Amino acid sequence: MDDAVVVTPGKVPGIPAPLRGLFPLLVALPVLFGLQWALSDAPFATYLLSVMGVNVILAVSLNIVNGMTGQFSIGHAGFMAVGAYVSGVLSLALKEVAISGLPVVLSDQLFFVAALLTGGVAAAVCGFLVGLPSLRLRGDYLAIVTLGFGEIIRVVVQNTEVFGRALGLSGTPQTSSVAMVGFWVFVVVLVSRRIAGSSHGRSLWAIREDEVAAEAMGVDTTGYKVRAFVVSSFFAGVAGALFAHFVPIINPNSFTFVKSMEIVVMVVLGGLGSTSGAILAAVFLTLLPEGMRSAFTAMSEEGSSLAQQVDQIRMPVYGVLLVVLMLSRPQGLFGTRELWDVLPRWMARRRKGQS
Amino acid sequence: MSELIQHLINGIATGTIYALVALGYTMVYGVLKLINFAHGDVMMVGVYMGYATAFALGREARSSLWGVLLIFLVAMAGCALLGLIIERFAYRPLREKPRLTALITAIGISFALSYGFQLDIGFLPGAAPRAFPQIIQPVQWFTLGDPEFPDVVLWNWQVLSLLVAVGMMGGLQFLVYRTRFGRAMRAVSHDHRVAALMGIPTDRVIAVTFMLGSALAAGAGLLYAIKDTSVSPMMGLMVGLKAFVAAVIGGIGNVPGAMVGGLLLGLVEEFVVGYAASTWRDAVAFGFLIIVLLVRPGGLFGRVAAEKV
Repeated sequence: MDDAVVVTPGKVPGIPAPLRGLFPLLVALPVLFGLQWALSDAPFATYLLSVMGVNVILAVSLNIVNGMTGQFSIGHAGFMAVGAYVSGVLSLALKEVAISGLPVVLSDQLFFVAALLTGGVAAAVCGFLVGLPSLRLRGDYLAIVTLGFGEIIRVVVQNTEVFGRALGLSGTPQTSSVAMVGFWVFVVVLVSRRIAGSSHGRSLWAIREDEVAAEAMGVDTTGYKVRAFVVSSFFAGVAGALFAHFVPIINPNSFTFVKSMEIVVMVVLGGLGSTSGAILAAVFLTLLPEGMRSAFTAMSEEGSSLAQQVDQIRMPVYGVLLVVLMLSRPQGLFGTRELWDVLPRWMARRRKGQS
Repeated sequence: MSELIQHLINGIATGTIYALVALGYTMVYGVLKLINFAHGDVMMVGVYMGYATAFALGREARSSLWGVLLIFLVAMAGCALLGLIIERFAYRPLREKPRLTALITAIGISFALSYGFQLDIGFLPGAAPRAFPQIIQPVQWFTLGDPEFPDVVLWNWQVLSLLVAVGMMGGLQFLVYRTRFGRAMRAVSHDHRVAALMGIPTDRVIAVTFMLGSALAAGAGLLYAIKDTSVSPMMGLMVGLKAFVAAVIGGIGNVPGAMVGGLLLGLVEEFVVGYAASTWRDAVAFGFLIIVLLVRPGGLFGRVAAEKV
């Protein structure tokens, strides 16, 4: 291991202990609602921000399995699909229902949260079912099994009437908002951070470094791997459910192998095992195609035809990026370090340099 | 009854192709303990090479015996070269690194090839599937029932692919167990560090194994293209994955196992498609894989070796 993992829970002086756990949430919520209010007139910015949030949730949750535990799952889009479809069907069924005595907006949001949780739990159950047999085996089998699982999900969706077959689901209530996506981003980052610092997380790191040694030390490797997998697929399901509630239509093509690879690239680029790396890479890789598209369009006439090809060029570039990364910097940009560990030290060094 | 026989024939014909691709996976896994994810995509590139050669030869020449042999030769030689390049520049630098890095690299190469070929720039063919020329005129070798609309048809290319597959497997078995090079391969597979100490040029053995596996893949890919009469950038991913499933079912690293796994997968797929639902074809292989891994993690012929430290 290149550098030790030291995660200390944030200490904020002057706050009573019971409030300390709630403190990040108390900061996050007003910011999120402010953001939503500020963006209420900008539908594209809202959409882009939501996509970014969903990608961050996916990348951070995949990092729990691929980064911290050192297993290699390449079927994350499959779990996302489970969450999206299950929650989508539920929301469609409950579309005309409202809880009496509550304002419509509130009851809609309650149903939305219920749909999110159902989608997440359904994905977690799938994660358990897939993980249990394959996590007993060596890592590379897991890669194939998760990939196969993604394909199976796609085929199942294409053959099921309820899920709209190849046409997909349309007309899901558009109840998602920047605040809701942001809240789940917050939750997944918090959970991921807490896992990394807990004894549970130390077992995961141990499995990542040396599975045989971890087992010899009494770590129940299969159990920990399956649990990490279940947590990760739960959040993938939630991300899918969020996605299903701000895009007008979901179809099997939204959740192919390409989507899984995109998430894998985010995690690998950010650094296997770094939550903040996954966040930054997800933000970067969501903005990059958009930026390239508008840059090409602005450039010239022929640029606009290039702009249409951005989505196609993206894929081989991801492939080459993975190879180059593995050859030159296999630990990714951040390695296992976190921004919130590195930044204060770096700031202190700068301040010392100035004085 | 005749329906059953037809399904058996089709299943075995598809299965032999899976088996041929699976041989490449198994060989590479045997010496490197690496799942060469890009194997299927190397196969796809080989098919495109064959396609280009067929067009360069023209309509007359490509269906003569020498034309067909030339197409196979070009594709197999080109793929061997591609395999060599991939091994030299992508896998060899990572040989002493954790296994995960090599796996990620393999996935990256697979992705770059299969999506790179979908671009419409320069010589790249674009995403749309293309019709593969009939380099072997399809002939019904054997029919049952009504001569106009027979119940059972055995095509010449089905027999051909079975013969090619059995021949290649026999050749491979001979190579691995009866030649000096095969002994070197087995030694590298057992422990490449000790093999190097014994004076075996491990780098060369591994490179040649890669070339052999890639050439086999090209041959299998051409057979698949003849059967399917089409070629597309995504064919490598799907056929490659199924072949990998076949290799795991047979016990990865085991040559006859790959053959049996391929045939078994081909038959299971054909029967599910024929008797249950055709739209479920792609799910069958992976469902089968998960069941096999649950019941017999080492595959049918494999042994589960305890990991040594």
